Amino acid sequence: MNAALPFRDLSPAAPRVRVTLDGAPLDLPDGANLAAALLAAGVGSFRATPLSGAPRGPFCMMGACFDCLIEVGGVTRQACMMQVSAGLALTRPKGRVSE
Amino acid sequence: MRMVDLIVIGAGPAGMAAATEAAGLGLSVTVLDEQTAAGGQIYRAVTGAGAQRGAVLGQDYLDGADLARAMQASGLQHLTGAVVWNIEPDADGITVTWSQDGHAAQMRAARLILATGALERPVPIPGWTLPGVMTAGAGQILLKASGLVAERAVLAGSGPLLYLLAAQMVRAGTPPLALVETQSLRDTIRALPHLARGLRGWRTLLKGLGLLAELRRAGVRRISGARDLAVEGQDRATALGFAVGGATQRIACDTVLLHQGVVPNTQASRALRLDHDWLAAQQCFAPRLDAWGETSQPGIFVAGDGAGIAGALAAAEAGRLAACQVAHQLGRIDAGKRDARARAPAARLGAERALRPFLDAAYPPAAQVLSPADDTIICRCEEVTAGQVRGWARLGCSGPNQTKAFGRVGMGPCQGRYCGLSVTALLAEAQGIDPADVGAYRIRAPLKPVTLGEVASLDLAEPAE
Repeated sequence: MNAALPFRDLSPAAPRVRVTLDGAPLDLPDGANLAAALLAAGVGSFRATPLSGAPRGPFCMMGACFDCLIEVGGVTRQACMMQVSAGLALTRPKGRVSE
Repeated sequence: MRMVDLIVIGAGPAGMAAATEAAGLGLSVTVLDEQTAAGGQIYRAVTGAGAQRGAVLGQDYLDGADLARAMQASGLQHLTGAVVWNIEPDADGITVTWSQDGHAAQMRAARLILATGALERPVPIPGWTLPGVMTAGAGQILLKASGLVAERAVLAGSGPLLYLLAAQMVRAGTPPLALVETQSLRDTIRALPHLARGLRGWRTLLKGLGLLAELRRAGVRRISGARDLAVEGQDRATALGFAVGGATQRIACDTVLLHQGVVPNTQASRALRLDHDWLAAQQCFAPRLDAWGETSQPGIFVAGDGAGIAGALAAAEAGRLAACQVAHQLGRIDAGKRDARARAPAARLGAERALRPFLDAAYPPAAQVLSPADDTIICRCEEVTAGQVRGWARLGCSGPNQTKAFGRVGMGPCQGRYCGLSVTALLAEAQGIDPADVGAYRIRAPLKPVTLGEVASLDLAEPAE
């Protein structure tokens, strides 16, 4: 999978910390922008929309579009406006919460 | 509640220059900005860019560090990670409320400068909601703030930012697969009459030509006059399709970076019910300002691209002009000193703005995004299509605010930031009237989502530091 990562990382290797994504462990650079770190790790879809359940990922990277919403410890946050820190429990919203 | 002379919202070029100038004239200044470091989007993370990233991004980007350092040296208060969600003017000042680290805080100021910059113009094309599709601005932010370059990317749309981003990707050793441009030779010819008056902006023009030469040397494939752009893919982007001439083409890729120019971010100025004008040349709304940047609400100023797109250098000069007038209004400098101090920034602002009519005409938004096909989603949050808005218009929907009642368009978490202009354009088209007469969404506080816990934490006695 590593060969197919959609982004090349020019930044020097930073110390990694353990977070979880949908319960699975994931090591991300400490202090990195959360949305960027997930993209660099090959995570393209951050959630499914509440209406159609369509997958969504980061679009604007500047806090305006709200497409990179992800649950952090049970609270829905904009991933592009957060930094990676050890122990983050990330959950991708499943969508179609109200039928 | 703490009171200062001036609050500046936004720490991009306009905000940094305005705050620094005001502090230099003896005003107490607080800058509120959402990001973790000064710079705005154009100079995002500029003070932390290392040599390698600096070489990729170029000198124009690195120059932004001077503004950030000057602001830091001026000793003013700069609050990072501060998300402003309410602004309330009253008879003797303005109260600003924000959240920072999960806590809300308030501060009052005698004057306010909004330096909230620009957003990417919405690019409603089929497939633009798929993961892997981002704005060109987002592609640049990933590079500036995180050192990430998309490996197999197609850049698509219209505007000089595409040339800059493509050149930066070339320098990073990961050139884009192609640059698919929607403007055509006809647009260039139409723009030529603006060139004579734009020659004061020759430096910018030369830089643009330099970027094009850089792309040619690197062998980046460029296609212009592309129509009917559509991103293909089921769960993520896998290709960009388009038509050029009589033929359709398809480029397989992992990332599509879209751009149709940038437009003023008017969320705050709309929430304040300031007067706005429709700028036909830039196909967007902007707050109405006097020569100093003061809005229809006395004491509230707008500086930078939030007042109409003119670029980072112009933004800094507009910030300085606004600061001079604020200092004058608050009695720190007389009119003579204000005018003397404003002379050089005003001259540079004029030069920076001179090339804009040429660029606006040469890189117009594509017809496809101004009038999307019926089945194209225009409201990303609520997944509303252009056809639905046209249908409501036929049913007698009278304006942008009524479309919310018809189908929740503009009522999702982005609060209309990425569908507002599309809804205005669709209603104008359906009703055969000018976008100026259609108007725009009514924006209300909170400007960004805020939790009840944050509201409850509001300490009315002292602001958070």
